[in-house]
Amino acid sequence: MSVLAMHAPDGFLEPTVAAVTALISVVVLAVSLRAARDELGDRQVPLAGITAAFVFAAQMFNFPVASGTSGHLLGGALAAILLGPYVGTVVVSVVVVVQALLFADGGITALGYNVLNMAIVPAFGGWALYRLFRRVLPSNASGVVFATGLAAAASVVLSSMAFSIEWLFGASAPVPFDTVFTAMVGVHFLIGIGEGVLSALMVSAVLATRPDLVAGARDLDLDAVADRRPVGARGFVLGGVLVAVFFAAVVSQFAVDDPDGLERVAIDQGFESSADEHAIADSIFADYATRGIGNETVSLAVAGVAGVALTLLVGYGIVAAARRPGRRLAH
Amino acid sequence: MAGSAHSPGHTHLHVPGESRLHRMAPAPKLVGLVAFVVVVALTPRRSIGVFAVEAIVVAALVALARLPIRTVLTRLLVVLPFLVFAVVVPFVGSGDRVDVLGLSLSEDGLWAGFGVAAKALLGAGAAIVFAATTPVPDVVRAMSELHVPAVVVGIVSFMFRYLDLIVDQLRRMRQAMVARCHDPRWLWQVGPIASSAGTLFVRSYERGERVHQAMSARGFDGRMPDLDERPTAAGDWPLAVVPAVVAVTALLVAVLA
Repeated sequence: MSVLAMHAPDGFLEPTVAAVTALISVVVLAVSLRAARDELGDRQVPLAGITAAFVFAAQMFNFPVASGTSGHLLGGALAAILLGPYVGTVVVSVVVVVQALLFADGGITALGYNVLNMAIVPAFGGWALYRLFRRVLPSNASGVVFATGLAAAASVVLSSMAFSIEWLFGASAPVPFDTVFTAMVGVHFLIGIGEGVLSALMVSAVLATRPDLVAGARDLDLDAVADRRPVGARGFVLGGVLVAVFFAAVVSQFAVDDPDGLERVAIDQGFESSADEHAIADSIFADYATRGIGNETVSLAVAGVAGVALTLLVGYGIVAAARRPGRRLAH
Repeated sequence: MAGSAHSPGHTHLHVPGESRLHRMAPAPKLVGLVAFVVVVALTPRRSIGVFAVEAIVVAALVALARLPIRTVLTRLLVVLPFLVFAVVVPFVGSGDRVDVLGLSLSEDGLWAGFGVAAKALLGAGAAIVFAATTPVPDVVRAMSELHVPAVVVGIVSFMFRYLDLIVDQLRRMRQAMVARCHDPRWLWQVGPIASSAGTLFVRSYERGERVHQAMSARGFDGRMPDLDERPTAAGDWPLAVVPAVVAVTALLVAVLA
């Protein structure tokens, strides 16, 4: 499922959605091109062209995720933070178009929603979130790096939400919105963690050598940036947990209004009543709400956060069990 | 994942040849491709006959261009995740169930899966024929002839000009890391990769600045010079739209019948 929001093929969404998203994408691209020209002047063509080649190459950077499996960068939010949202959008859009035209990676008639989901939403959405996170984080290099990580992670989830909403209007298959939404957001939540960590560390590396090249850090005193302490892995783990908790509290508000896919099938088939209640139906978090808390919003949020905590604990347990003694010596 | 499925550079995309498709001017070919793919996307998912005609068209194009079948099939793997999706849909889809080989499947889901798979394969197949018969400079020229804004054409042409170079830089960095026993297995070991990627960005950006200065020194004023335009051979336009016309005819026959 992980690639569903990315590089969708021809006919994956209904023609009306393809046409409407194409219109939106063309308008946003035209505005972005104009803004990019104002920003870069006649440097626009060579700089945007070569950074587009960089984004293309960066998407080939396979990074390790867990025990040998790997993922790769998507780069929408990263491009916006390094180059500004307008240039970033132009650069990533060019990459998406070229991938469709010459690599058959993503359909040509799907370009409307692919450009929207992979370039426009992550670049502008990621940039907006980045500005937001910068406000609450300290105004220094570490603040920039953390805000990048959080915004890049969230931008991937935003992309998957954008795709789910398009699915609501133009689904090509009888899979209900809430199933798609839950699956897409869930999977991209995990992809987002990798995207966030990699983007943040990349921005950190650029800040160390050419801080003037990070568009999102132009407000900083660049001399002070040069001799900062590097951000450790512990900080990122903490950041990741914060994002996870934030999204669990917010996303859970949308996810549970409707019965999920299997439940709906069951209702359609009329055998719902024959289904036995789940063994943990009496758990205090049954049906994603917390007993004893009257307010529905708070109740959902508490259940969501508790779910994340539980997942993290289980994940930590698996990792701790899998870590062989002596492995540390290798590093 | 999608990125790893790309061939390392663009130089291998074009399969040299002398066929009529290779000789066709790029602008009509691009228009013909887009028109055909639009018809594919518009085909109702239950029109098996129309999909069959479209499949024959793509197969005929592959044969006409004398492309190696193995190359085409390998490149078609790019839509694999969506074929997996097409297989899963009948199991999770809603609506009437039908029994197939003892499995209870969603009838709508079966059709939807078929439609998704057919359109993904046909669209990608047509794009593969285009990319294999059209050298990259011709693709850029076609965009320019079709009045894509000059800035976009410029960006695309620069991207291609430097793509292999930057991918090579990437490869050298990885080689250097591997030579020093870099073998990351977990996400928190991602540091060196991220530093390399950050360095690659700085190098790319600085290269862009240098290239711009070199261009300015040679009189660049923000406009790319006109590319030499080869005359479009008579007959290229009618020929280029044949696949789309065949598909539209099949579609109309199916809808009206």
